[in-house]
Amino acid sequence: MELVLIIKLILVVAVFAIALGIAAYSTYGERKIAAFFQDRLGPNRAGPFGLLQPLADGVKMIMKEEIIPAHADKTLFILGPALAMLTACMTGVVIPWGSTIEIGGAYYPLQITDINIGILYAFAVVSIGVYGVMIGGWASNNKYALLGALRASSQMISYELAMGLSIVALVMTTGELSIGEIVRQQHGWHWNVIYQPLGFLIFIVCAFAECNRTPFDLPECETELVGGYHTEYSSMKLGFYLFAEYINMFISSAIISALYFGGYNFPFMDSLGLSHNMVTTIGVFVFFAKVIFFIFFFMWIRWTLPRFRYDQLMNLGWKKMIPLAIINVLITGCVVLLLNKN
Amino acid sequence: MILLNSTPADYLPIVMMFVVAMGFVVTTIFFTHKLGPKRDSKIKLDVFECGIESVDNARLPFNIKYFLVAILFVLFDVEVIFMYPWAVNFKDMGWFGFVEMLVFLGTLLVGFYYIIKKGALKWQ
Amino acid sequence: MSQIAFYILSFLSVVSALLVIFSKKPVHSVLYLVFCFFTIAGHYVLLNAQFLAAVHIIVYAGAIMVLFLFVVMLLNLNADIEPHKDNVLKVSAVVAGGCLMLIMTSVMKTADTMPIIDSTNQIGVVKNLGLALYQTYMLPFELLSVLLLSAMVGSVLIAKKEDIENLPQ
Repeated sequence: MELVLIIKLILVVAVFAIALGIAAYSTYGERKIAAFFQDRLGPNRAGPFGLLQPLADGVKMIMKEEIIPAHADKTLFILGPALAMLTACMTGVVIPWGSTIEIGGAYYPLQITDINIGILYAFAVVSIGVYGVMIGGWASNNKYALLGALRASSQMISYELAMGLSIVALVMTTGELSIGEIVRQQHGWHWNVIYQPLGFLIFIVCAFAECNRTPFDLPECETELVGGYHTEYSSMKLGFYLFAEYINMFISSAIISALYFGGYNFPFMDSLGLSHNMVTTIGVFVFFAKVIFFIFFFMWIRWTLPRFRYDQLMNLGWKKMIPLAIINVLITGCVVLLLNKN
Repeated sequence: MILLNSTPADYLPIVMMFVVAMGFVVTTIFFTHKLGPKRDSKIKLDVFECGIESVDNARLPFNIKYFLVAILFVLFDVEVIFMYPWAVNFKDMGWFGFVEMLVFLGTLLVGFYYIIKKGALKWQ
Repeated sequence: MSQIAFYILSFLSVVSALLVIFSKKPVHSVLYLVFCFFTIAGHYVLLNAQFLAAVHIIVYAGAIMVLFLFVVMLLNLNADIEPHKDNVLKVSAVVAGGCLMLIMTSVMKTADTMPIIDSTNQIGVVKNLGLALYQTYMLPFELLSVLLLSAMVGSVLIAKKEDIENLPQ
């Protein structure tokens, strides 16, 4: 029992550190990619190729003056970014980062915990994510921040519905709520994206909206709302908001890869003739390759598409995404039942 | 009844992750608070309104639309949640379960149609 | 182990519930209530009622409390211009609260205590719960959709009241 707990603790710390590391380097990646798209150089001063830029940014954030506006609600002003950061980190627990590792005859899964309701857990954490933004925006006592927070929260709750419905269709085909089991079912190349292409499209659009990424970045749309819900924030508290966005992006990419793109599975994984641990190691790398591809995809979209208008965004969420997701559920139901009969 | 051998102990790592993340957040906020310079002034602590003298505070009434979206979200969220236990058992229940859910969804889609026709989700 | 967890969770839920009542600012109260819901979800996990725990967080903490927060933000405009509560209101609140407490204590006294469900019980697992819900309790489930429908119509009617008033008589 103790050994299992120690392994779990090591995994927890490792996942937390990796999430922070990837989020930090996503900021660097984002700026490099933006530079590439706009024919510039991007960060290139701190270290070779500007590779130390995230570190420099972090130190700068910590050393900056901390400003809490005089009219703000001080407790909530601090609680807002802390909550945003906390909720961003919590989903990593249920994601299977790899298959099992064999040490001395015993198998240890590379997933921190495979709870039975993994998907519902992830969904619950997403639904709590609204609070960080809402509390921060309201506590600032600033009109731009309030508007940004309102926009962000209505946008997030609207797209949560379509996201939930798209996962329902996935659960209908898999019959499982545990993410570990869903990934195991996609062994080899039986990836869910083949069976749920429409569900995947709905899910990824909703993931963009939940992360407040362009084209859904109205909450912080700087041309009309200055900085949105974090207008009044400075130093590390602003850093937490920005960092939470990148962690969310990383976690969303991980969930997309796990649910729809086979997680750590890759084609011909059984016919290579490698040992179990070797396959697991390759699987972990494959999983991270998929995750990094989706992070790149998030950035690609950001620097390609302009943002929506607010009425377009709400219309897309309620009048297109939700009906589409319900149709997807119905089609999935009919097809699954017809195939089961034969 | 299906035995899945799932126990509350599976949830312990979630508590661990919470403690680790909480520790990180608290120490970082504490150190930024200690390390950063402090040069407050009345103007600096004032509300930012693009350099214009601020008028009143931000405790403003806002559009009831946001409130309506939140109410409708609660209702549809309950609907979505009810679909999960159904989706898990979907293959076992067959057409019976499918029709059962169709009736449930049908009633709610009538409501959805009403909401859209009424223009409740129309934003100018 | 689960005994210790139970006591910690119970302590936290009681303290946060008290803070809901005693905190001066409405937004703080809402947040304490959210925290209280989390601890109650923890209790559900201890009883192995996983689906209930998830629903408690998704629906109560993630949806209904967001609505509450919207309402509080909509109404709690300025702390300093908040209407002064007069004594009649306070007395009636005490009487109403006292009545509720009387009823609660009398119910608690006569209630049968259920045997404790141990944590290895699998009835709260989503699959078993779904089978019970969609086969044994089919009718209540279908009626629920009517309840949700009426709630939808009601909320739209209240929020869009101005349009009805503008209708030609």
